[in-house]
Amino acid sequence: MNTVTSWAVLGVVVQVLLVVAGAPVLVALMRQVRARLEGRVGAGLGQPWRDLRKLMRKEPIAPDGSTIIFTAAPAVALSSMVLIAAAAPFITTTSPLDGVADLYAVVSLLLVASIALALAGLDTGSAFGGMGSSRTVTVAALAEPTLLVAGFALSVRVGSSNLASLVEHGQRAPGTILSPATLLAAVALWIVVVAEAGRLPVDNPSTHLELTMIHEATILEYAGRDLALVELGSAMRLAVLLGLWGNLFLPWGVATTAGPGALALGVVVFVVKVAVLGAVLAASEVFMAKWRLFRVPELLAGSFLFGVLAVSSSFFLA
Amino acid sequence: MSLIESGLLLVAGAAALACVGTPLSSRASQASRTMLSGALTCLVGLGGVLAGVGALAGDSWSVTVPRLLPLSQAVLAIDPLSGLFMTLVGAVAIATGIYSTGYPHSHDHDHDHNHNHDQTPDAAGGIGSRTVQAALPLFAAAMVAVPAAGNVTTFLVLWELMALASLVLVLAEHRARPEVGQAGVWYAAMTHAGLVAILLGLVVFANAAGTETFAGMRTASVGLSPATRSLVFLLVFAGFGSKAGLVPLHVWLPRAHPEAPSYVSALMSAAMVNLGLYGVLRVGFDLLGGGPRWWWILVLAVGALSALYGVLQAGAATDLKRLLAYSTTENLGLIFIGVGAAGMFAAAGDAPLASLLMIAAVLHTVNHAAFKTLLFLGAGAVLRSTGLRDLDKMGGLAHRMPTTAVLFGLGALGASGLPPGNGFVSEWLLLQGLIHSLSGAGAPDVAVAIAMPLAVGAVALTAGLGVAMFVKAFGVGFLARPRSAEAAVATEVPRSMRAGMALAAVSCGILALAPLALVRSLERVLVTMPSIGDERPVHGAVELQLSGITGSMSPVLIALGLTGGALLIAVLVRRWGGQPRRTALVWGCGGTRLSPRMQYTATAYAEPLTRVFDDVLRPEHDINITHHVESRYLVESVTYRQRVSDRIENRLYPPLLAAALWWAAMARRLQNGSVHRYLAYGLVGLLVVLIAVGVTS
Repeated sequence: MNTVTSWAVLGVVVQVLLVVAGAPVLVALMRQVRARLEGRVGAGLGQPWRDLRKLMRKEPIAPDGSTIIFTAAPAVALSSMVLIAAAAPFITTTSPLDGVADLYAVVSLLLVASIALALAGLDTGSAFGGMGSSRTVTVAALAEPTLLVAGFALSVRVGSSNLASLVEHGQRAPGTILSPATLLAAVALWIVVVAEAGRLPVDNPSTHLELTMIHEATILEYAGRDLALVELGSAMRLAVLLGLWGNLFLPWGVATTAGPGALALGVVVFVVKVAVLGAVLAASEVFMAKWRLFRVPELLAGSFLFGVLAVSSSFFLA
Repeated sequence: MSLIESGLLLVAGAAALACVGTPLSSRASQASRTMLSGALTCLVGLGGVLAGVGALAGDSWSVTVPRLLPLSQAVLAIDPLSGLFMTLVGAVAIATGIYSTGYPHSHDHDHDHNHNHDQTPDAAGGIGSRTVQAALPLFAAAMVAVPAAGNVTTFLVLWELMALASLVLVLAEHRARPEVGQAGVWYAAMTHAGLVAILLGLVVFANAAGTETFAGMRTASVGLSPATRSLVFLLVFAGFGSKAGLVPLHVWLPRAHPEAPSYVSALMSAAMVNLGLYGVLRVGFDLLGGGPRWWWILVLAVGALSALYGVLQAGAATDLKRLLAYSTTENLGLIFIGVGAAGMFAAAGDAPLASLLMIAAVLHTVNHAAFKTLLFLGAGAVLRSTGLRDLDKMGGLAHRMPTTAVLFGLGALGASGLPPGNGFVSEWLLLQGLIHSLSGAGAPDVAVAIAMPLAVGAVALTAGLGVAMFVKAFGVGFLARPRSAEAAVATEVPRSMRAGMALAAVSCGILALAPLALVRSLERVLVTMPSIGDERPVHGAVELQLSGITGSMSPVLIALGLTGGALLIAVLVRRWGGQPRRTALVWGCGGTRLSPRMQYTATAYAEPLTRVFDDVLRPEHDINITHHVESRYLVESVTYRQRVSDRIENRLYPPLLAAALWWAAMARRLQNGSVHRYLAYGLVGLLVVLIAVGVTS
């Protein structure tokens, strides 16, 4: 029992370290895929970490008149991502922290991170910060119903909203993955992942035109190590969202027993899953332009419809 | 003497002293009378908490005083359900009592700034007048006593006392601002329309039951015909729903709450509206013992509508207290979603799920009381120190009023339903209850399968928009730079006001971190509702675990993880990243220094959401462009005004008001002032009565 628990604890540590260390590499991979598809060479897989190292050495600047919210927000956002990385079953379902946060608590923690940065954007007193902040909360507020209703569809068949039970159930009964309810929920959640991670067509992560930005406008005033934390946090957000989607709809390979072999397999499978999903997302973005801000609610309303359809089909077609 | 008796004695003593002592103390200075009024309110609150805690611990107590009320007797009967609401009201009264002692002082304190709300010299006389000071403890005492009532007459007398005392308090500042009078009229009309509905419902019930004591009605209700039971329920639901601020009877809330003094708003919004819920629980679940499913589907639908409409209006509001008032409609909507769903499953015989949903609803009531007290007191602190309610003119208050800002921030965290706030725990429980409705024991039917996803969607959209609303309220109000001269010269409020807010903040913190401590006593409340039973739906120590449902969540560990993680990250990063932080001007696009007027305002902040929900909110835009005298192509100035009016009110109420006015005009025709005609009316009336008696006998 003791060795089992210690392996489970090790699993959590590995999971957190993997997400922290791997998230910037995931961002690099996605940029690289995009660059190659556009006929560019790309900066390589190490570039985000090199950027972070450079930012850490630079001077952090706080705007005149800002409060502790501005300086604390990056740490709070990053901390909620670390908490999700510790509680969610990314490489193992045996995590002792699984009961701390179920699907709904994880959704709320994602929201905490957005809100921390949204408040920081307002705190700057700059028009851009306010604009980004306002758009962030608009997208977050409209994505929330889809997240919860799609989560409803997923938890109905399992009778639980704990992520580990959801993943284990998916492994035990692979047939349910192909059920209409799950497929509809997968579509709904994919749209929300795109919106929450700030990818095209909702937000352009590489834009530098202020009026079109959401995330980048919110964090416009950050510099130095504060910016490094924000960047690491948003990379982790992307990794966490892709990881959650991957493990909920493709649950295979996640370790259900605590042991060195299962953990190692879990790490490899998780890395492959997230890398493939990231590459697919990046490749699809090449063919897309950013939408007008006021078409985004239509997209999210569409995803909500998919979520409701998923719940109804889980009831009527079960 | 038991805890309940000593508590009630304290309430009665303090209320009597308020009625007698405050009006007599005309010689005493206004400051000492304010102290007295606040202290008596605290004592009433303390009594309420004592009696309530005694009842929640499992004691029950009742007393009958014959001949105290005409044609009836006064009956008080206290059970755990009364105890819960007495504790709740008492706790809110303690915090507001402490706070109210500092409220008028801070106004004197910066009298030299020209505030638009106290331009007349006797404006402070509104709050400081003896009537208002006597009404405050009386209002608190009436609210504490309402749940203790044990028969219909006592209940209605106390209910009316509560309504009248609160009306006096709402009208406190009517000399200073004409809108107060308008708000008072709306409030008086709505609360009395509600009283009529409750009165009719309870009279029909008591008549059919043959007794008017709650104990007798409880046993007799089984024998009533379904039609009578439904009529009673619909009438009392309309009456209590208007007190609870449910759509479409919410119209008094966004008027009365902003115009009342802020500690009165806190008492009304955090304590009084909950008594509407108490009424529905008492009559629906206790006296009628549950009912058919369509009652509860109606409650659920009204709850969902209120939650969504409330949060949308709050999201678009720029008046801070109006925003909080609509947020009350929203939260009561969420609570009634839980109550309605609990009733649905109780009617279907699924007691575990019903009890989980009821616990969620009741816990959310407690949480709402805690954070709404804090938020209204915080809004009052801002109003007292800047004279502002308009968020568009605030900003930068975190520097000038740091304690208020931190406390308001804690309240906003709780209200937004984000971890680690207290609202998160009850919203999580509510969602768990709704979500497991389809996977619970027994095959769910079509009504459940349609209602539950929509309810989850409504709760989720409400939660999402609620977050946006409180980011707006806190971020625009307290962060960044001041948007007006008043906000720039704000000062921190006196210690007593901060103490009142801190007390509410501490309760929010306890509720957020240790909800299980409270859930134990809430389970005793369930026993009073026979259709729900005495399940123990929630258990665990550190993690909240649900019985029959494998869902768990740990509020303590999430809070620890978030704050501990953030601190650790901050410390580590400071150690590695060598350079100290520098303060610099915000980026002004390479040239100009940004003026505070270039910041996002509350209107601008809510604009995307207002536009998305254009069809519901229908904002009125007003753009005035002044052109330069020499060319139409040069613009001198642009003024933009946006007003979001209450559409439900605009659609529903004008025909009603027109009908009432028409009725009044008809009545006026009868009443032309001629004494002869009045004598003729008397004669005709007497003849009609005599003939009627003659014919019927």
